[in-house]
Amino acid sequence: MTPERIGISVAERVGSASVRHVEYVGALVVQVGHTLGSLARTLPILGNRRRWCSVIRQTLAIGVDAFPMVGIMAVCAGFILAMQGATELRRLGAMEFVVDLVTIGFTRELGPLLTAIAVSGRSGSAFSAEIGSMMVTEEVDALRTMGIDPTEFLLAPKFVGALIALPCLTILSNAFGILAGGLFMRFSTDMALSVYLQDVVHSMVLRDVMTGLVKSLAFATIIVHVGCLEGFRVHGGPDAVGRSATAAVVKSTFLVILADVGFTAIFYLTRGN
Amino acid sequence: MTRKPEATRTGPAISVRDLVVSYGGRCVLDGINLDISRGETMVLLGASGCGKSTLLRQIIGLEQPQSGQVLVSGVDLAKCSPRDLKKVRRSVGVAFQNAALFNSMSVEDNIALPLRELTCLAESTIRLMTWMKLAVVGLAEFGKLSPQELSGGMRKRAAVARALALDPEVLVFDEPSAGLDPIVAAELDELILALKGAFNMTVVVVTHEMASAFRIADRMAMLYKGSLISVGTKEELQSSPDPRIRQFLDRVPDQIADTAAVDQYFQRYLKRGTA
Repeated sequence: MTPERIGISVAERVGSASVRHVEYVGALVVQVGHTLGSLARTLPILGNRRRWCSVIRQTLAIGVDAFPMVGIMAVCAGFILAMQGATELRRLGAMEFVVDLVTIGFTRELGPLLTAIAVSGRSGSAFSAEIGSMMVTEEVDALRTMGIDPTEFLLAPKFVGALIALPCLTILSNAFGILAGGLFMRFSTDMALSVYLQDVVHSMVLRDVMTGLVKSLAFATIIVHVGCLEGFRVHGGPDAVGRSATAAVVKSTFLVILADVGFTAIFYLTRGN
Repeated sequence: MTRKPEATRTGPAISVRDLVVSYGGRCVLDGINLDISRGETMVLLGASGCGKSTLLRQIIGLEQPQSGQVLVSGVDLAKCSPRDLKKVRRSVGVAFQNAALFNSMSVEDNIALPLRELTCLAESTIRLMTWMKLAVVGLAEFGKLSPQELSGGMRKRAAVARALALDPEVLVFDEPSAGLDPIVAAELDELILALKGAFNMTVVVVTHEMASAFRIADRMAMLYKGSLISVGTKEELQSSPDPRIRQFLDRVPDQIADTAAVDQYFQRYLKRGTA
């Protein structure tokens, strides 16, 4: 192959991959817009009662069922952060800053990120597998032919459920991570838990908690929409369902981290001090 | 001011005009023209991969054509508003090849779903209607079971009950006999005939089971490699001299092996061996 031909081949590949990615993001945006249009029907009292019941079921499945996993992950991450911080801060004689490190680290970053990664692996893949298998068995086509909008019927309740569940899980993740830091300080420096909690209250800023919660809402949007889009794009047999579940986890985790970078940059630049 | 498309009760129930469908540059349906009259049973015949399921998906509005029109009760499915499309879809009941029942719901909830989602009927009325639809297909006692607990034939009948839920004007069947033993397949044929007799519905059936097709059809349309090669009564199709129709009806296999290519391959192989 001539160097010119290799150059053209590379350009073709880059071009087609770019088009594919732009098309994917476009499809995600269209899907989000369509879901927002049907969101009113998922509201209690104003909307459809069955849809609201479905929202409650989804909230429980995404939130309550994921709670033990998120809790354990948060405790482990709390210990890790406190231990790693303490190793360096002890040398500087600044062990009290471990409290700030754990508190700020969790409220701003680790709480929402860990929760999103856990929910992405657990629920994102489940959404994609559920909708993917419905595509394979023509159940989604059956909904369309009945005049029922699959986005409203299948996606909207999951979306609202995730918007409720993820911030709640994030708050719990923050609490568990910070408590794990407290237990570490109790055993490594004899700092009383009450003193640790007082220090936590001093170093915790409402803005940090709120930025974490805003992030969790964005992550919920990404996880649900990537999971469902992957499901709706399933064509073929059961192997395609498995591939879509894998793709849902990989893509949603990647996009969550990408969005986290963006949010952190925005919050950093707008902090003003 | 443009006039809004409205469903008409005169003229054909389904009208397909110059329909062209292609996937990735490969033409699957090439200029199809077909009228299906009200109250008739039209069977779409053809070998596997000839485009009959694609035509069915166009008729039920699941896919958009590259060009041409599909008119259901006079409404162009590609150009009508989402509201009109929803209205048309309510007038068409579809029984899918693999039944497409929702496994997360019981059989009666499957049948009640369109009634709950698309009507304002009271729950007691919905239950009564669901029971009636199940009784029509002979499954009144099986409503509480989940779809996985039903046999293949029962699942197909449950799918028919769901297709009937909104009292459609058109009933569409995709391969109703596929995967069923001859007795159950014959029972399903009789059910289709009974439903047509009782409700005077337009029925469209996609199949390649000849016995079933000749039992239920008023007219038949034969597709061959994306083109419609014949539309007529059972008798007309049976007496057709067209070799493509004769091959299908007489079950004559295609020449699968390309013997010239095989010979060439072996000659090349032997030459390489002796060189």
